[in-house]
Amino acid sequence: MNSRRDFMGMALGGFTALGGIGALYAMKRSWDPLPSVKSAGFTTIDLSGAVENVLNVEKWRGKPIFVLKLAADAPKSPRQITVGGSRYLVVIGLCTHLGCIPSFDIAADNKNKFKCACHGGEYDINAVETFGPPPRPLDIPPFKLSGTSLVLGEEGPEYKKMLASGLTLKV
Amino acid sequence: MAHFDEKAKPFSHQWLNERLAIDTVKKVMSSEYWIPKDINFLWAMGMILAATFGLLVISGIFLLMYYQPDTAKAFDSVNYTIMTEVGYGWLWRHIHGVGASLVFLIIYIHMFTGIYYGSYKRGREMIWLSGMLLFVLFSAEAFSGYMLPWGQMSYWAGMVITNLFGGFTPDLAGGALNFPGFVEWLRGDYVPAQAFLSRFFMLHVFLLPLAIIGVIVLHFATLRIPHVNNQEGAEIDFEESARLYKDGKKKESKVIPFSPVFLSKDVFVMGVYFILFFYLVFFHFDFAMDPVNFDPANGLKTPLHIYPEWYFLWSYEVLRPFSFNIGLVAFAFAQVAFFLLPFLDKSPVVAPASRRGLFHIWFWLMIIDMIVLSVMGKLPPEGAWNIIGFGAAVVFILLFVALPFITKNEKKA
Amino acid sequence: MKEFKILAIVVFFSLVLYWGVEPFAHSQMHKHVESNNFIYDGKSDIAEATAKIATAKEVKKGVVEAEAKLVAKKAFWAEVAETAKLKGDAVAGEAAFAACMGCHNGAGVNMGGVIPPNLDHAGSLYDKNYLIALVKDPAMASNTDHKFADTMMHPMGSVKAMITTPQDIANVVAYLTTKKVGKLTPKVAFMEACGRCHTNKYGKMTPLGETPSFKTEKEALAHNIKVLDEQDLIKKYMGNLPPDLSMMARARSEHFMETFVENPQSQLAGTSMPRTGLSEKGFEEVYAYLNETGDPSKSARTPLGIAVLIFFGIFTVLAYLWKKHQWHDLH
Repeated sequence: MNSRRDFMGMALGGFTALGGIGALYAMKRSWDPLPSVKSAGFTTIDLSGAVENVLNVEKWRGKPIFVLKLAADAPKSPRQITVGGSRYLVVIGLCTHLGCIPSFDIAADNKNKFKCACHGGEYDINAVETFGPPPRPLDIPPFKLSGTSLVLGEEGPEYKKMLASGLTLKV
Repeated sequence: MAHFDEKAKPFSHQWLNERLAIDTVKKVMSSEYWIPKDINFLWAMGMILAATFGLLVISGIFLLMYYQPDTAKAFDSVNYTIMTEVGYGWLWRHIHGVGASLVFLIIYIHMFTGIYYGSYKRGREMIWLSGMLLFVLFSAEAFSGYMLPWGQMSYWAGMVITNLFGGFTPDLAGGALNFPGFVEWLRGDYVPAQAFLSRFFMLHVFLLPLAIIGVIVLHFATLRIPHVNNQEGAEIDFEESARLYKDGKKKESKVIPFSPVFLSKDVFVMGVYFILFFYLVFFHFDFAMDPVNFDPANGLKTPLHIYPEWYFLWSYEVLRPFSFNIGLVAFAFAQVAFFLLPFLDKSPVVAPASRRGLFHIWFWLMIIDMIVLSVMGKLPPEGAWNIIGFGAAVVFILLFVALPFITKNEKKA
Repeated sequence: MKEFKILAIVVFFSLVLYWGVEPFAHSQMHKHVESNNFIYDGKSDIAEATAKIATAKEVKKGVVEAEAKLVAKKAFWAEVAETAKLKGDAVAGEAAFAACMGCHNGAGVNMGGVIPPNLDHAGSLYDKNYLIALVKDPAMASNTDHKFADTMMHPMGSVKAMITTPQDIANVVAYLTTKKVGKLTPKVAFMEACGRCHTNKYGKMTPLGETPSFKTEKEALAHNIKVLDEQDLIKKYMGNLPPDLSMMARARSEHFMETFVENPQSQLAGTSMPRTGLSEKGFEEVYAYLNETGDPSKSARTPLGIAVLIFFGIFTVLAYLWKKHQWHDLH
């Protein structure tokens, strides 16, 4: 009699736990980013008007996107995007350390760099970290070339190649 | 079936006693809740914390009546509606802001009192653990509340702290310990935005206070059986002392009842504390209400200096001077280190630190180290500050590692 | 007594911590800028130009330009000092002022980036030396010459061609400082000195002046569009929309604002904000307005604070007496 009651108690407890897991799943889903938030994440940037060495800050998914047309004598890097014969740097302008926005410092001898005021991190002209706590270069947002424009949020072949060769992380 | 006297007048003492056992409750909770007599004002910190929490709840209620958890309106609902339109709205906000800061000062004093007098071991482990749990809950409460005015510091602190939950860098263990999706899940968006503000609002005004109240009750309950410690760490025969006290031999007895004797001292200490508290509320509040947070949140402009409130600085500085992955481990360690205290202290001695040899040195080193960490945590991470911060962070970790060894061979007092 | 010793230790460590994270840390984080007591003599501009030569030498670029800039700054402020010694004729100045009326006429039309200010209170708002410098060369006076290859390109640059001799300048400034001195209120001071670029949401101020109340939503929206259009022009001129000043009284210290107003470059190098040249009186009025909108409880805090502290003083004395009574037979 006793063991049977224990068994029934455990069965009830186990069954209740199952319901609990279901409820937890519902709660987890409620906490997820909304579909409308996720779908708002496509931005088109026109590159035709860009000026060399002038940092243009666009917005994509609430994040600042640095768009920089590189000077002809700037060092080459596979992180650059070539559109219409000009090279561009397109990166997410959030320090890969803890997410502050670096500033763009113009300096002599092509030593322009990005400098993060929060914890002193520095990146070179190709947004590769050179000093301080940043663990990796500034991330490149998923992009797709479309004429002289870039669609951020879509993954084009150029972006997939960068991703495959480990030049950036998937964001 | 209990006996009910039909003739008892409703709500008379007898009537209530038959229904609620108020005499027994009073005995257990206050008039025969025995507290050691050999204590100093540091034993009043618990009641001061309860009083400060009360002030935070009351001021919070009035702030809640006008606050709007909407990214477009939050800043103005605080700074315009509450600060300029609501009658004494500024007073509630100042009390809430200063209270949030002072509650941590008192928590730290309360904690270090416990550490100094060895009140976390030999039967008092649950007091310590529930207290540390309260510390964590208060930290979460403070952080979530800091988001609500939606100023520059709110936004950027929210950004920096939630980023910590992204795990280790992707190059470690093939990215198995990197969870960028978790950060977005936590925020409900790619950056701190509406979903982020509303969920932290919910946490701040409902879930966390509810949990805090529950754990406060648990914390009080953990005290009842092992009893409060005393200045000498002496073992007291509470039954013997209680009998002496009840027989009128108050001088010989080593205990006093919670109410009114212990309480009378608490209330006096509270009075002194309230003088400090309201001096800060009216005349010196900038330390608790950072001017930078009076600039509205702007996701495209990082403030020149980002630093947490003073009470998080020491753990922030344990994170900062290291490379990312090591910093994260060190930071996680700093969060749980104090929980482990009862188990890292291998000495059975319950006595003031001054009588515990090496532990005495450990105690003061820890205090000095945490102050150094706090100061370095606020300073910009440059040059010498970075080196001092790194040294202090290493010392912090080493102090915990060393604790079992220095307490293992401690002589019995 | 033992308790006092413990209290002293607790207070000591709390104060050390406080000192470290507040006064000490802030002194290290923000560079200290000396106030120049609202004297506009170009001292800080010359110091800046000198510092720029050193930077230029470091990066080995633009040294010649930087040196030329220092010479120009020195010459400019020396001429301003000379002009200030002349005795101005207010009557002649009034006639010359007619040239200014083309723009400074209160019509509220944007010209080259901002709406030219109404000068009805110029004599009380601005420093005399600054006005001389401004009429002489607006870009140099406001320390924004780095933005213009030729300072004639400044929206008010044409004044350089209209009022040319030192005596003419002295006359116009004499007219402004003696005749254009209407009664200054905090709100008027804000509107004339700051309001053309900055909004003050809590004071309902936009670059178009104080926002009236509208009967219909349509009217309100139409007004908003006008404000946004004006702000687009300001944004184009300044590079960025200047921040709303509603809460500045709490967001920045009085010393910061004072030195910022004297020379914005000193606190925010590279900012496009021009020096406004407020006199001490002018600054007081503007600051009063910022306090009206950003910190209106300031005046209520002190009396209420004293009353509350007296209450808790008495409370503590009573609590002490009660404690003494409860504990009298314990030891």
